[in-house]
Amino acid sequence: MTDEAELRARVKALEALLVERGLIGTDTVDRIVEVYESEIGPLLGARVVAHAWTNPDFKQRLLADATAACWELDIGGLQGEKLVAVENTPEVHNVVVCTLCSCYPWPVLGIPPNWYKSPEYRARMVAEPRVVLAEDFGVVLGEDVEIRVQDSSAEMRYFTVPQRPAGTEDWDEERLAGIVTRESMVGVAVL
Amino acid sequence: MKLELPAVPRSNGELVFQSPWESRAFGLAVALAESGALEWDDFRVQLVRAIEDRDPTQPYNYYEYWLNALEQALVTTGVVDTRALLASVKSVLDHPEH
Repeated sequence: MTDEAELRARVKALEALLVERGLIGTDTVDRIVEVYESEIGPLLGARVVAHAWTNPDFKQRLLADATAACWELDIGGLQGEKLVAVENTPEVHNVVVCTLCSCYPWPVLGIPPNWYKSPEYRARMVAEPRVVLAEDFGVVLGEDVEIRVQDSSAEMRYFTVPQRPAGTEDWDEERLAGIVTRESMVGVAVL
Repeated sequence: MKLELPAVPRSNGELVFQSPWESRAFGLAVALAESGALEWDDFRVQLVRAIEDRDPTQPYNYYEYWLNALEQALVTTGVVDTRALLASVKSVLDHPEH
């Protein structure tokens, strides 16, 4: 493995060079990291899902064109150009992976977690999704439930709309958003 | 139309970056894509290649591939040249307090 000190030096050198060339400002990277670490994350996707659960018209628009529907809630941006929302139902369970690299719907889910980027997840979820869901994530699905593995790419960045749990019929949108997890929107958890 | 932010935790307690240089490398790519200096797809092509070309006997280090890809994309598209990049690395190593 490349030495950590070398990697640190290379990143620092690249940033210094880009600042010197006027391609970025001195605080540009700080600002971006701050935004992605504190403001952009699964809570945005949770708002989208809760809104879809409570507004059938919005859900239709979300499933038809997720990028446009998310913009209705002021959610969008880099890596959000080709968002695709897929709905989990009692019959069909969608789970998201990126086999080539780590394509991920940043505007709704933030920066991908380490397990999503790992070679094991990327390879095994495609080869044996039912086993991975059960053994690695504790999601045991009935044999009658069809599993669809959605392979994200630069053209299609998937996230799932999980099933709304029973017993939440009288909950308002804000309360519903509070129970929607990142894992449920990748399809490796059910609520 | 804008909804109120629901009162859910902003962080799930998981470290997204293992060390600060990883977040800098992430931020650099995003900054250049936002400013238009780098096409995201040019970067992504290099990222896919860097992950494919990794040494499988070594531990998987995602942001190392990310950094390799970013340097490669910037050199390939002519945003920076290798000589300037190496000179900058040398300058950082020679002046670690900078």
